[in-house]
Amino acid sequence: MSEAHAAVAHQFEGLEQQRDAATLAMWIFLVTEVMFFGGLFTGYAIYRASYPEAFAAGSRLCEVNLGAINTVVLITSSFTMALAVRAAAAGRSRAAIVCLVLTLGLGATFLGIKFLEYAHKYEEHIVPGLNFTYSGPSARQIELFICFYFGMTGLHALHMIIGLVVVTVMVIFTARGRLAPPKDTPIEITGLYWHFVDIVWIFLFPLLYLVDVHR
Amino acid sequence: MSATAARVLPHEDSGTREHYLNVRYGLKSWLLTTDHKRIALLYLMSITAMFFVGGAFAVVMRLNLLTPEGQLVSAESYNKLFTMHGLIMVFFFLIPSIPAVLGNFLVPLMIGARDVALPKINLLSWYIFITGGTLALVSAITGGVDTGCTFYTPFSTTYSNTHVMPMAIGVFITGFSSILTGLNFIVTMHTMRAPGLTWFRMPLFLWSLYATSVIFVLGTPVLAISLLALGAERMFHVGIFDPNLGGDPLLFQHLFWFYSHPAVYVMILPGMGVVSEIIPCFARKRIFGYGFVAFSSVAIAVISFLVWGHHMFVSGQSVYAGLIFSVLSYLVAIPSAIKVFNWTSTLYKGTVTYETPMLYALGFIGLFTIGGLTGLFLAALAVDVHVHDTYFVIAHFHYIMVGGMVMAYLGGIHYWWPKISGRLYPEWWARLSALVVFLGFNLTFFPQFILGYLGMPRRYHAYPEEFQILNVMSTAGASILGVGYLIPLVYLAWSIRYGPPAPSNPWNATGLEWQTPSPPPTENFETTPVVTEEAYAYETRPLSYV
Amino acid sequence: MLSDLPLWPERASTFAVSVDYLFLFILVVCAFFAVLIFTLVLYLAIRYRRRTPEERATQIKNSLPLELVWTGVPICLAGVMFFWGAALFMRRTIVPPDAQDIYVVGKQWMWKLQHPEGPREIDELHVPVGRPFRLVMTSEDVIHDFFVPAFRLKQDVLPNRFTSLWFEATKTGRFHLFCSQYCGTNHARMGGWIYVLEPSDYQHWLSGAMGNESMTDSGAKLFTRLGCEGCHQSHDTERGPTLVGLYGKSVQLAGGETVTGDESYIEESILTPASKVTRGYTPIMPTFLGQIPPDDLFQLIVYIKSLNTPAMARRQP
Repeated sequence: MSEAHAAVAHQFEGLEQQRDAATLAMWIFLVTEVMFFGGLFTGYAIYRASYPEAFAAGSRLCEVNLGAINTVVLITSSFTMALAVRAAAAGRSRAAIVCLVLTLGLGATFLGIKFLEYAHKYEEHIVPGLNFTYSGPSARQIELFICFYFGMTGLHALHMIIGLVVVTVMVIFTARGRLAPPKDTPIEITGLYWHFVDIVWIFLFPLLYLVDVHR
Repeated sequence: MSATAARVLPHEDSGTREHYLNVRYGLKSWLLTTDHKRIALLYLMSITAMFFVGGAFAVVMRLNLLTPEGQLVSAESYNKLFTMHGLIMVFFFLIPSIPAVLGNFLVPLMIGARDVALPKINLLSWYIFITGGTLALVSAITGGVDTGCTFYTPFSTTYSNTHVMPMAIGVFITGFSSILTGLNFIVTMHTMRAPGLTWFRMPLFLWSLYATSVIFVLGTPVLAISLLALGAERMFHVGIFDPNLGGDPLLFQHLFWFYSHPAVYVMILPGMGVVSEIIPCFARKRIFGYGFVAFSSVAIAVISFLVWGHHMFVSGQSVYAGLIFSVLSYLVAIPSAIKVFNWTSTLYKGTVTYETPMLYALGFIGLFTIGGLTGLFLAALAVDVHVHDTYFVIAHFHYIMVGGMVMAYLGGIHYWWPKISGRLYPEWWARLSALVVFLGFNLTFFPQFILGYLGMPRRYHAYPEEFQILNVMSTAGASILGVGYLIPLVYLAWSIRYGPPAPSNPWNATGLEWQTPSPPPTENFETTPVVTEEAYAYETRPLSYV
Repeated sequence: MLSDLPLWPERASTFAVSVDYLFLFILVVCAFFAVLIFTLVLYLAIRYRRRTPEERATQIKNSLPLELVWTGVPICLAGVMFFWGAALFMRRTIVPPDAQDIYVVGKQWMWKLQHPEGPREIDELHVPVGRPFRLVMTSEDVIHDFFVPAFRLKQDVLPNRFTSLWFEATKTGRFHLFCSQYCGTNHARMGGWIYVLEPSDYQHWLSGAMGNESMTDSGAKLFTRLGCEGCHQSHDTERGPTLVGLYGKSVQLAGGETVTGDESYIEESILTPASKVTRGYTPIMPTFLGQIPPDDLFQLIVYIKSLNTPAMARRQP
C-alpha cells in the first residue's frame, strides 16, 4: 500500500529535504500563532495593569480546581504525544496508535472540562454579550476580564479541536501503514503543534485563574 | 526596424512543446492545480479585477472632488467610497500583488526548484483570498462600509451603522492568505535552493520577498486579533475599545498600526526587489553594492516593526513615545536611501537601453525617492502635527504605493511576461502607457502635497473653495492615469493570442528562471540546475539580443 | 486664475513661523536629493546609453567608502530633522503659565466651545491676538480632531478623556477650523472659523456675548444639584476629601502612587471614581459615567478649579 503514496513529494529532491521543509514550516506556523496569541496577551496585560483589582475579582470567578485538573490533563497529553512521536520514529506503529489515542482521550477530557466551565458561567449569568448580569463596583472591568477569559480560552480550545482532528487523522494514517519511518514526519510536526498548544495553556492558566488565588 | 521583430531568436516551437499552460485544459485543471505558476495566474486574474474595482471607486471620488460642494455623490456614499477604495486596494490588490503573482511564479524558478515547498497550501491560500475578497465585495455591494480603511474605534464598533462585520471578516480571512504565502516562501527559500545557490548568490528579488515574508508571518496575526476584538466589541458590546464601556480607543490604534505599518513595507519591498532585477539587466551590469541592498531589505523589515506610533503623534499618546517613534522612523528611511543610491550607481558606466521594464524601473526610482523623502516631513514631530490627516499624507503614500509599487509591479509584469505567457508584448504600446502612467500619476498626486500643507484634511467629500484649482488638477491627472492603466490590459490580453512567441531568454538576463523555456514546463527544469556564478554576472552574458 | 492658486497657508500663530522654518529646511534637503537623484538617473541613463550593439558595461561591484558616505550623510541630516522637530514638539507641550483655558467639546458634527466667562460658541472661536490660550478638549462621541491650519496645530479629541492644545495668535483675521479625524457622515462639514480680534474688539465681543452665566457659577449649581457637597465640603470629612485647593496639588492615592490634581484627574474621579481613590478613603463615590454631558463636566471642573481662590472656598459648606 505504501507504494501508492510516494515517499517524497514531487517538488522535493529527497526525503531529507522534505523533512526539513515540513519541520521548518511547522515552526514558522507556530511563530505566527505566538504573534496571534501575543496580541491577545498584550491586550490582557494592558488592561490588567489598568484594573488590577477588577481583574483579581474576575479571576476569582474562574474555577481554579477545574483549571488545575485541566493543566495536569494537558501536560499528560503532551507526554503521551511525545511517546507517540518516539514510537512512530522507531517504527512501532501499534504503540504509536495507542499513545495517539491516549492523547486524543486526554484532549477530549480537557475540552469536556472546559465545556463544563463554560456551562457554569452560563448558569451564573456571567457570559458577556449573552447574559452578563454581574453588578457591583467595577462590573464593567470584570466583564472585560471575562471577555478575555472567553476569548483566550476559546481561541485555545479552537486550536485544541483542530489538534484533535489532526491527531485523529494521524491515527487513521498510522493504522493504514502510511506513516512508517522514514515517512513519520507528519506525526513529528503534529507533536510540535500539540506541545505548542500545551505551552499556551501553561501561560493562560496562571494569568487567568491564579491572579488572586491566595485570598 | 520594429523592435519586436528584432527580438525573435530561434527557439523551440512553443506551439507543439508541452508546457504548464497547455499540459491540461479545463476549469478543473486550473481550479485544482497545485502548480505554482498556474496559482500565480489565478492570483493575477483576481487582483486585476480587484484593482479595477478599487480604481473605479477612486474615479468616482475624484469626480466628486471637482467641485467644492462635492454633490456628485452624497456624503455617506463618498465616505463609503474612500473606505472601500482603501481596503480593496491595500488588502486585495497591493499586498498580494507582487508576492502572490510574481513571487509565486518566480520563487521556485529562481532557486532552481520544481515548485514551492507546500504546493497544496499555496492553492489553499488563493482560495482563502477569494473567500475574503468575496466577503469584502458582498459588503461593498450590500451597502458598503464607511469607517475609513483604518476602522478607528469607537466609530467602527459603536457608531457606524454600515456593513462593518462582513468587511472586517473578509479582511481577517484574507490575512491568512498572506500568512500562508509568507510561510511558503520562507520554507522554500531555506530548504530548496539548487546546489551552489548560496544566500549571497540569490537574486535580490528573493531577498526582498524573504523580508516581505517575515513581515507577513509576524505582523498579520496581530491584525487578525485586532479585527477579532473589533468584531467582538461590535457584536457583543463589550468594552475593549469603547471608552463609554471602559475600553481604550488608543489600544485599537496601537494594535491596528502594529500590523499596518509593517504592512506598508510589504507594499514596497517586493517592488524594490523587482527594480533590483531590472536595472542590472538593462544596464548589462552587476548591481552596485549587492550586500548592502540585500541587508537593507532585512533592515527595513526589522525596523518596520518599531515605528508604528508615528501614525499616532497627535492621538493623545505620550509625547515621549512620540519621540522614540520619530527617531526610529528616521532610521527606517536610511536603508531605502541606500537602495536608491545603489540603483543609481548601477547605471554608471553601464550600457543602457530603454525597454518598457527599464522605463518603469527608472520611473520607480524617481517617484519612490519623492515619496520616501516626503516621509521625512511626516517623521518630524512638529511638522506632522500640521500635516497629519491631510492630503499631504495621501500624496506621500500614493507616491510610494502607486508611483513606486504599482510601477514596479507593471515593470515586473512586462519583464517576466515572455516567461509567463510565452509571448512578447508590443514594445511601443507598452512604452507609451508607461509614459502616460508617469505623467498622469504626477499630475494627480503632486498637487495633493500642496493641498495638504494648505490644510485640506483627508476623507473630505467637500472642501473650501480656495482648494478647487488643485483638486481639479488632481482629477485631471487621475483620468490620464486611468487611461494609462487600461492600455496594458488591452495589449497584454492581445499578446496572449497574437504576440510573437518568446524565446527562453529574450533579454539575455541572468537568473535561473531564464534557463528554462518560455513558458516553462510544469516541472520547471528538466534537471536540477547547479549554480556556479554570482548573481547578475552580466559580464558573462551575450551582449544583446539581435 | 493662476494668481488664485494658493501655495502656502497663512501664518497666524507663534508656532506657525517655527514650523514653517523647519518645513522649509526639510523641503530644501529633500528638494536637493530629489533633484540630485532625478538628474543623476537621467544623466547616467542617457550618457551611458547603448550606442552600439557590441558595447560592454564596466563591472563595478561596490565601493565601501561610497556606501559609508551615503549612509552617514543621510543619518546626520535625519538627525538634524529629528532634533529640530522634537524640540519644537516638546516646546508645544509647555503651556505658558498665563494661558487662559477655553473648553471645547467635539461631537458629531459640531464644535462646542465655552469661555470661562460664560459665552458659548458653536463652530466658532473668538480670541484676542497676542494672548496665549489653552484649549481643554473632549469628545461627546467618537474621536475628532481640532485642526487650525493657520496655527499649524491639531490635536485629537477623545471621548471620556481630555486632551489639550495651546496657542498664541499673532495676526487678526479669520482662519479655518477643520475636524481632521474622520468621524462619520458630516466629517467634512464639521468645521468653522477662528476669529482673532484686536484686544479692544475682543472685549467688545465678549461683553456683547455675555448672557450666559460664568462657567464657575454654572459649575457651582451643578455641584449642588448632583449632590457633590454631600461628601465634599470645605474640609475633609469621613466620606470624602475637600476639593478646596485640589487643582494642581499632589494627591496621594490608596495604592501608594501620587498623581497631580489636574483636569484629567478630576474627570476620571467623576466618571470612574474607583480607579483613583484618595489615600485614607474607601471607594464609596458613585460613578457618573454617562450621566454628565461633557459641557457640564467642564463647568464642574472650572468650579472645582475656582475653589483654589479663598473667596470661592469660603462659600463651601
